[in-house]
Amino acid sequence: MKNNQVVKIDASGIFYRELNAKLREVVSDGVQKIELCNIYGQRYIGTDLDKPVEIEIFGTPGNDLGAFMDGPKITVHGNAQDGCGNTMNNGEIIVHGHAGDITGLSARGGKIFIRDNVGYRAGIHMKEYQDRKPVVVIGGTAQDFLGEYMAGGVLILLGLNLKKGECHKANFIGTGMHSGVIYMRGNVQDFQLGKEVGVAELDEKDGLVLKELVSEFASHFGYAAEEILKHKFAKLFPLHLRPYGRLYAY
Amino acid sequence: MKTYLPSRFIIERDPSRCIQCKVCVNQCTFDVHYYDAEDDEVRSHEENCVGCHRCVIFCPTNALTVRRNPLDYRENYNWRPEVIEDIIKQSETGGVLLTGMGNDKGYPIYWDHLLLNASQVTNPSIDPLREPMELTTYLGQKPDRVEIEPSSLSLKTQLAPQVKLDTPIMFAAMSYGAVSINVHKSLARAAAGAGTLWNTGEGGLHPELYKYGNNTVAQVASGRFGVHPEYLDVARVIEIKIGQGAKPGIGGHLPGEKVSAEVSATRMIPEGTDALSPAPQHDIYSIEDLAQLVYALKEATNYTKPIAVKIAAVHNSAAIASGMVRAGADIIVLDGLRGGTGATPKIIRDNVGIPIELALASVDTRLRQEGIRNQASIVISGGIRNSGDVAKAIALGADAVYIGTAALVALGCTLCQQCHTGKCAWGICTSNPALTKRVNPDIGARRLTNLLRGWSLELKDILGGMGINAIESLRGNRLQLRGIGLTDTELEILGVKMAGS
Ligand code: SF4
Ligand code: SF4
Repeated sequence: MKNNQVVKIDASGIFYRELNAKLREVVSDGVQKIELCNIYGQRYIGTDLDKPVEIEIFGTPGNDLGAFMDGPKITVHGNAQDGCGNTMNNGEIIVHGHAGDITGLSARGGKIFIRDNVGYRAGIHMKEYQDRKPVVVIGGTAQDFLGEYMAGGVLILLGLNLKKGECHKANFIGTGMHSGVIYMRGNVQDFQLGKEVGVAELDEKDGLVLKELVSEFASHFGYAAEEILKHKFAKLFPLHLRPYGRLYAY
Repeated sequence: MKTYLPSRFIIERDPSRCIQCKVCVNQCTFDVHYYDAEDDEVRSHEENCVGCHRCVIFCPTNALTVRRNPLDYRENYNWRPEVIEDIIKQSETGGVLLTGMGNDKGYPIYWDHLLLNASQVTNPSIDPLREPMELTTYLGQKPDRVEIEPSSLSLKTQLAPQVKLDTPIMFAAMSYGAVSINVHKSLARAAAGAGTLWNTGEGGLHPELYKYGNNTVAQVASGRFGVHPEYLDVARVIEIKIGQGAKPGIGGHLPGEKVSAEVSATRMIPEGTDALSPAPQHDIYSIEDLAQLVYALKEATNYTKPIAVKIAAVHNSAAIASGMVRAGADIIVLDGLRGGTGATPKIIRDNVGIPIELALASVDTRLRQEGIRNQASIVISGGIRNSGDVAKAIALGADAVYIGTAALVALGCTLCQQCHTGKCAWGICTSNPALTKRVNPDIGARRLTNLLRGWSLELKDILGGMGINAIESLRGNRLQLRGIGLTDTELEILGVKMAGS
């Protein structure tokens, strides 16, 4: 067994197909820790891996990092691009930097922690079923359509990099949302929220979920969770299970 | 508000035959028939009748006749009864009109303007009853050239994954949720028995049907319902659904009432919520993005299965198809104007898209001109009614066809277009457990297998008549077609000559 061994792969000049074939190979060999250096935009890292291996990435992974992934824990020392965690089933992605558009698109499980900002439509159409609940925690702010069509899971927007009095960037937050919850720290104006979401105070249960996930976030990036949690959070929730139920004649 | 909607059907119950057994009362899901205990008589609320004929078939004494209400307004070709009824419905509800099934309007059906050829004198026809006749079809990317190892005569070229079909007819995407589990079971069993494929549609695959994985096309659509690693692994082909002929450019949503416990388990969303499929896939805004998802799925399945991409036939399908092939699609699926659906806004169904015959001809021509036709198989759907249509589609350039509506008709559907109501009296398009029982998967599979068998035998007859002994030789062989009653432009787009020339 190569349980404790860390396999290092220098990815400079390697096409994604080769790189991912290599990953499949070492993972099926039983390796549990992998370090990828000189990653320059290779796509689909972590796709088709279904074991809880740890992958450390140095550089900038390409689009669809961890797409359809089922178990690995990926840490990116750098930024992630678009489609990070696309339709992810299980596992963890921790990004020490920014992530691009559609972070966590249609994720059905697992956790994604982004230290800084995300692009457009983060958390779109995440969905939950029974004990499967995707989580996306964003340290900074997000662009428009955050949590669009959300059908489950937990989305947390912390706004740690907002200046005093500055509002979050996103408009149309939670448009079409019909399940799940968004916890938000930092200001937004009413017009920034989608028509389908309501705003509420957090109750005790919300507080517990938030505390657990913010602590996890803080431990990844060296923040003090209590400091973050001191501020007021708002809870955004879907007004209807069936946002478009009354659109039709028959 | 008093409704101004007239009854669309008239129900006649022959009193000399009716035995008051109430079968019709129990069979009807639209609250038409009822028993009046005081008068001891079965009666009907005609205004609720949708013309599905379930009662007519099940009445033990053939007492019932359901006829179209003639609605003899003053003749007016412009303001036909349907147009008037739609306005009435909307003025009473203020909503979008929904409907089920495919476009029922009188747009030209080009299959009916194409005629097949047969051999006479100069080329002997073949009797398929006594001579081998091959319908075997392989779907998947074909290489530009093949190399053979001279010593062993084995194939040196590494082929992309191929799927073998025993007959070029597959069952089209119909999601669990839109149709019932028993319909899925019937389709899966029939496909496995006949050596062809069926398609999950976008609602995931019930675990009970994993065992038919080898005959299953698993769809990945904008809602990504039920898409998880096991689903992708078990399928034979993965199909990215961009669009659908019955509602090009439109997302879908399965109404919460249809999301029962079982449906929610397969779609993996909470029970009773609307299952919303966004209009676009939000990771695909361009051909480059499509390539990204195609390769994400290839990576997710380690390049072991063909990836299909399905679009609705629209005005620039040929250019899009070229992009799809270049994006790495191994199979491209075109769904035409008459393709069916479980629910669609009527105005979209009736007005958007183009006939599949024209889309197929122009896509095949375009891919040939660009020298990339071999890089993807073409599968078409949307209004294939019989084996004649199949033969014509293959001659126009299709590798295989999908049948959806025809398969449902085999299971009892009478095209009443009420699929969106969830009340299908034939137990097809519903998740109500009392109704889904009406399709028995054993009988359903048998009916579908029979249909495939009948069509396959006819295809062999058609091929034999042409003096061709393999469907491969008909593929894209437009010389076997002639047009009738078509303009020069239509003939040119279809790439066929006028009958007689
Ligand atoms: S099913 Fe036929 S015989 Fe029975 S009550 Fe209805 S109309 Fe009469
Ligand atoms: S599936 Fe059922 S509801 Fe839909 S058209 Fe056929 S018979 Fe009518």
